Amino acid sequence: MFPLESLGKFGLYALSMLIGMGFGATLEMSGFGDSRKLAGQFYLKDMTVVKVMFTGVIVAMTLIFFSSSIGILDFDKVWVNPTLLVSVALGGFIMGIGFIIGGFCPGTSIVAASTFKIDGIFFVLGVFFGVTVYGETYPLFQNFAESGEIKRYLLTDLFSVSTGTMIFLVFALAFIMFYFAEIAESYFGKKTPWSEISLIPKNKIKIASASILVAFAFILFFMGDPTPQKRWNRLSTTEQKLLDDRAVFVHVDELRELMHEDIAFLKIVDLRDESDYNLFHIKNSKRVSLKELSKKESILEFQQLPQPTVIFLVSNGERLSAEGYKILKSYGVTNLYILRGGINEWLSRYPIEGVSEIKNSSEESLKYRFDFAMGSKYPSSFPDLKQFPPIEFPKKVILKSKKLASGGCG
Amino acid sequence: MERRYINPYIGGVVLGVVLFLSFFLTGGGLGASGAVSRVQVGIFDLVASFHVDTNIYFTKMGGGTLNSFDSASVWMLIGTFLGGLISGFFNKRLKFETRKGSKISNKTRWIMAFIGGAIMGFGARLSKGCTSGQGLSGGAVMAVGSWVFMFSLFATGFLFAYFFRKFWEE
Repeated sequence: MFPLESLGKFGLYALSMLIGMGFGATLEMSGFGDSRKLAGQFYLKDMTVVKVMFTGVIVAMTLIFFSSSIGILDFDKVWVNPTLLVSVALGGFIMGIGFIIGGFCPGTSIVAASTFKIDGIFFVLGVFFGVTVYGETYPLFQNFAESGEIKRYLLTDLFSVSTGTMIFLVFALAFIMFYFAEIAESYFGKKTPWSEISLIPKNKIKIASASILVAFAFILFFMGDPTPQKRWNRLSTTEQKLLDDRAVFVHVDELRELMHEDIAFLKIVDLRDESDYNLFHIKNSKRVSLKELSKKESILEFQQLPQPTVIFLVSNGERLSAEGYKILKSYGVTNLYILRGGINEWLSRYPIEGVSEIKNSSEESLKYRFDFAMGSKYPSSFPDLKQFPPIEFPKKVILKSKKLASGGCG
Repeated sequence: MERRYINPYIGGVVLGVVLFLSFFLTGGGLGASGAVSRVQVGIFDLVASFHVDTNIYFTKMGGGTLNSFDSASVWMLIGTFLGGLISGFFNKRLKFETRKGSKISNKTRWIMAFIGGAIMGFGARLSKGCTSGQGLSGGAVMAVGSWVFMFSLFATGFLFAYFFRKFWEE
């Protein structure tokens, strides 16, 4: 499964340098070291930048989502630039002005400088100066620059469409842009008389390449986004083994210990229905149904909990928790555990006076009969250490910090 | 004789594959401006360590024992430079020269390049990425902010192009 996680620091640095070389060479070969070519786009004379950039975006996008769809790339581990609408809109505006004045963007100026273009070298020095000024004045607008951040906000969320549909929309946009770019270039750049410009695309190679991309999009469209079950199946067998070996089933006393230790981040998720939850639940546990848990927003919430947060899944028995476990695990949520024996075992270990046991109940139903729905107001919701002295139990919770790759520009 | 540039669509496909490989192998995209910022902080840290430690922006990269150069993005920047150099060498494009419009002097072009670079550097930090890191990389993973950024950048460029046409006249 990609991206690679066991690269080590120097492996990552070496790989980054190689990728950078590919990047630099591609920019250079496409002519991005020439400021006239870059500025030319704004006079509709030379549309190289638009063509190269958008082709790059749609090709990379198709490959990324295709490899995620067939299960060789874990998209949740891929860095997505957080969305800060005001900062990016204003930053884009400022950079647009800088672009037309300076004739480069930062990446292209590096390539211009590397081929000894003196204007490129001056531009790089300018960027150096600009980032310094930004850092020096940052305290003045820090709040503004960091406001309204939305993590992993994708176009598919914005338009509420599937990945396949979104790829089609982006393709449509790109092809329309290419079409007008070609016409603009021949008219303004090559000064072809209007009467001689063909409005029907004729180049067979271009049409063929565009068709290949569209075919990919079709496949993606019909494959759809992978379901949690599919994603779980793709995870290595070690994950299934953790469940089979009961390595993630935690003794009730260990959860109580963590509650008493007041560890920084503990999240107890109660997957039972509302009536059971109202009758009794563990203190500070939050009720989320399995259906809600599988929703994108809630998965996102779990993925972005401050690290390391320990998450406990709780149900009356273990079956629901195990299902919830598979869903969250398939989306890469770490430090995830299941309460062994569920609420039923919790209540047999920390019994409540006057609450009687129901015989012959099924595994996933509450085995105790409550007369009052007191939620977490029972002492057993936060069992005292003196009242129920600790016993020996096998410790299973191990804290792991998850690291996400950060963006190249970050 | 300098070789011709490759077809932009082919260039785009190669760029797309490189960008994909970056995401596929390392989990992150391409970038340049962030690394320039890191190099800047790294150099400041060598000559005025105290200043880096007391500035809330710089200290995130080079404060205390942090080494600002110790980042994959810096290596990518070095790679980008080398890649350009190698391609320039094989295509016979390594030449000290200034590319500019015909109506302005070299000196004017240099000043404009510096000013434009400074504006771009500032803007790139505000938008948390330049055309590569925010536009290209974020665009490929469908980040909403990156698309807003790209449209804002290009629209502004077209809007202001008229005022600077003298500088780019052929």
